[in-house]
Amino acid sequence: MTTTTPVDVAAVTPPPSRASGRPTAKAKAPRNWRGWIFVAPFMIVFLLVFLAPVAYSVYLSLFRHQLIGGDHFVWFQNYTQAFSDPKLREGAVRVLVFLVIQVPIMLCLALFAALAIDSRRLLGSAFMRLGIFLPYAVPGVVAVLMWGFLYSDRMGLAGNVNDFLGHDVLKPFSQTWILPSIGNIVTWEFVGYNMLIFYSALRTIPGDLYEAAALDGAGQFRIVRSIKLPALRGAIVIATIFSIIGSFQLFNEPNILKPLAPGLITTYYTPNMYAYNLSFFGQQVNYAATVAIVMGVITAVIAYVVQLRGNRQEQR
Amino acid sequence: MTAPALDRTSHQAKGLMAPRKSPLLTIVMALMVIYALLPLAWLLISSTKSQDSLFGSFGLWFSGPFSFFSNIKDTLTYDDSIFLRWFGNTLLYVVAGAGGATLLATLAGYGLAKYTLPGKRAVFATVLGAIAVPGTALAVPTFLLFSKMGLTNTIWAIIIPSLISPFGLYLVWVYAVDAVPTELLEAARVDGAGELRTFFTISIKLLTPGIVTVALFSVVAVWNNYFLPLIMLNDPKLFPLTIGLTQWNQQATGVGSNPIFNLVITGSLLTIIPIVVIFLLLQRFWQSGLSAGSVKQ
Amino acid sequence: MKAHMKRATVASAAVLAIGLALSACSSGNDSGSKSTDDSTQAAASIDAALQKGGTITYWTWTPSAKDQVAAFEKAYPNVKVNLVNTGSANDNNLKLQNAISAGSGAPDVVQIEYQSLPQFILSKGVEDLTKYGFGDLKDLYTASTWGSVAQQDGIWALPQDSGPMALFFNKKTFDKFGLTVPKTWDQYIADAKKLHAADPSYYITNDSGTDAGFGTSMIWQAGGRPFKADGSNVTVNLQDDGTKKWADTWNQLVQGGLMSQISGWTDEWYSALADGKIASLPIGAWMPGVLESGAKGGSGDWRVAPMPTYDGGTAVTSENGGSSEAVTAQSKNKELAAGFLKWLNSSEDSISVFLKSGGFPSTVKDLNADSFLDYKSDYFGGQQINKVLVDAANSVGTGWQYLPWQSYANSIYADYVGKAYSGKSDINAALQQWQDANVKYGNEQGFTVNK
Repeated sequence: MTTTTPVDVAAVTPPPSRASGRPTAKAKAPRNWRGWIFVAPFMIVFLLVFLAPVAYSVYLSLFRHQLIGGDHFVWFQNYTQAFSDPKLREGAVRVLVFLVIQVPIMLCLALFAALAIDSRRLLGSAFMRLGIFLPYAVPGVVAVLMWGFLYSDRMGLAGNVNDFLGHDVLKPFSQTWILPSIGNIVTWEFVGYNMLIFYSALRTIPGDLYEAAALDGAGQFRIVRSIKLPALRGAIVIATIFSIIGSFQLFNEPNILKPLAPGLITTYYTPNMYAYNLSFFGQQVNYAATVAIVMGVITAVIAYVVQLRGNRQEQR
Repeated sequence: MTAPALDRTSHQAKGLMAPRKSPLLTIVMALMVIYALLPLAWLLISSTKSQDSLFGSFGLWFSGPFSFFSNIKDTLTYDDSIFLRWFGNTLLYVVAGAGGATLLATLAGYGLAKYTLPGKRAVFATVLGAIAVPGTALAVPTFLLFSKMGLTNTIWAIIIPSLISPFGLYLVWVYAVDAVPTELLEAARVDGAGELRTFFTISIKLLTPGIVTVALFSVVAVWNNYFLPLIMLNDPKLFPLTIGLTQWNQQATGVGSNPIFNLVITGSLLTIIPIVVIFLLLQRFWQSGLSAGSVKQ
Repeated sequence: MKAHMKRATVASAAVLAIGLALSACSSGNDSGSKSTDDSTQAAASIDAALQKGGTITYWTWTPSAKDQVAAFEKAYPNVKVNLVNTGSANDNNLKLQNAISAGSGAPDVVQIEYQSLPQFILSKGVEDLTKYGFGDLKDLYTASTWGSVAQQDGIWALPQDSGPMALFFNKKTFDKFGLTVPKTWDQYIADAKKLHAADPSYYITNDSGTDAGFGTSMIWQAGGRPFKADGSNVTVNLQDDGTKKWADTWNQLVQGGLMSQISGWTDEWYSALADGKIASLPIGAWMPGVLESGAKGGSGDWRVAPMPTYDGGTAVTSENGGSSEAVTAQSKNKELAAGFLKWLNSSEDSISVFLKSGGFPSTVKDLNADSFLDYKSDYFGGQQINKVLVDAANSVGTGWQYLPWQSYANSIYADYVGKAYSGKSDINAALQQWQDANVKYGNEQGFTVNK
């Protein structure tokens, strides 16, 4: 499936972050085969741990296994079923909503933090960099223990805030708030991660550009707009693509919050949870593989479109 | 990361005037740091409480007898010191998995950035497409394949998949395009150096800051790896910390349950500390790489 | 039991000469009607395997397993048991199912909950133990636990423990608010209203409609028998009288907001049990040990009473939780595995260790032992709790069956019933949706459901 994804790679090749005016590296590159010395080891392992399971899943998705009756070859029946499956649709719409709201918030916060730390106008910026990154280092099970406490309106912080305000304002575990509650945990975990990507990209900006800007009398905001943001474009596109993939594969946070938010998080809350529950509890490995493939194609297409747009804007 | 061309240096090194500190910006960022650290404060405070005072005391303040050290002792000795075993396993997985992932991603990212190789487009499309397929949904097919190869319930079931970091590949790719001047490679070739030799003597130094970033992300990813070991491993003696802690947490559930929430919390705290240390160590390295400006050969 | 073992040892020498083949082909599905010759030989061959020794792997999440294995290895020094703690029923099932799908990697002996056993019988993951003469063990166990392991023309496991339901209640809270210990569910609801009205931070119990094991046990207690499985013919009827009776009763608690929404088994839950804010739990007889280790602060406050009934008449209850151990089809040394299993779940040496850890047995002899019945629990204010719990064990409603895909059914229970709870809507309607999902699943999987 994935090998045939029609991706125009001229467009998808990660853009050089600031080299628009220079001769590109490619022009002077040596003969072809030598590069594979470097790429081959990665691709061999990649083949084993990513491509083989994907290929095997494509194969599996053409069959149906019955507890009584065994395996049957069913052509594309699983796919037609997937496209008319209300549970899958519900989950897909939910992650789409999540994606549209959570990813921009998270990336903007990360961008802001990266620019703020890079601006050298902060006190204690080294501590802040570590502090904001730290949540990423917290294992998922621990993160949920902690947020489970903070979200609890009986023993936790939400309860204290409600007591303080006199009535129930914060209800993280309610029909309305459960998705934002999940979004908050995801944001908390990944702001620091994305911040570091942006921050390290900012640090590659050559000093002479700033000098020139200073000579021109450019202010801080002007520098951010004309120098820093363009230089970050490549990093932003990559961070966006990986955040999109992450959102479509949303699994850990809702899955471990599930026992704490009874009745609110179903077994088909996200497509990935649906596939997981189908295969591990329902033993419907074939249909689960189909769901995975369908979601993979949708994700890859959206990631591709974002990449295209990101590149087009740069060419402008 | 490094300023690549010969006339470039980092703005710090050039000694641009340091802008004056902004209290407003500092306050806004301080709020963000508080947001990031608040749950961790709960963890730290809770680790000083005994199981009994953990319940029913305010989570963000100390209460009951100060049990921090007895909690640590209990965590390290519980069930014949299985925690230390898990710790050792995690270290092994991190060194082998994240080390290997960093190496493979660096080699491949560099190769893709600096060579025109046939199939480059296919590589990009394949990697992007394959990671778009949700891994948790592929867990059963992966398990069945690994089982056929006899890899399940061995350390290889954890280490081999950890060797792949698509994100690391892309990061190095982006960095290497500019960090390693093509002219330098040409010069090395004229001198008759082999490609691998050139890579290991020249390019790797130029890439160091990028490599360190990828290493940091890989270390954290392997350290927090949860789903894969959950599926692949049966033997608690092979567990990494994440699975071990989850098992401790589940000990509070169902028939014959025996909750040890205080050990789960203290164990969690002990799990995070090494990551902080690694971050601080790598950060220094990474910073020095940065502020050194361009590396000239 | 000990005498039985000794006899077996004496006979073992003779059987060794005859060979093991004879015992392996003994058949027949009615355990009681077997000739004693066959079972003596079977027992002897098992004992020979135990003496000969070897290594077996045992997956379990029972806390006392470590001590039990140690005692076993002392009694049979030639056998090495590789004990693997699988942590929880869920993880255990997941790993076992994976190993069965892969065709390798399963242990020799494995713990399986009663409700999950049909699933593993169906996927041919567990071995029929009839050929090892396990039919003779029938009378050792309570009828309800034996009925769970001996089904579909075979004996697929040996019961480890049982969980007849009883009403655990916090006497301190009951006294403080002047509640009477309910004999009927109507009184229970009256208590619930009175308690929550007097202090809104107190609840009669907690349930959020996510624990299918609890829901099915309550249906069982109310006289519902919604699942019937006969080979591939399955009936699902979650609208029968018993099921309706429970749902109508529970509707009053759900729609009145009279139950705490705290999730079970969390630190918050244990804390609410310790301070009596959750005033009662209808739950399995294994609960005392859990309370003692998890809610130390409630010591002295808790008591046990029989389950309330719907008509105030004859005591009737159901099983909630509990597990068995089985020999897997993948085991390379099934006789040795069967020998270990037999020792594990029927020998005095093993069960005494199990009891010490606070487990509730499934063996008739241990349930009726004076030392067990007379035990006064300090945690329960000196109450002789086992008298109440053993009475419960003797009044479990008969004829209950689980679905052949109960694990899956349970996993989607919360999608329907949990939603009804959080939306305060009708449980009956939610159960109907759950039924529809199960009928669809069963038919997709090749069963004939409700046809």
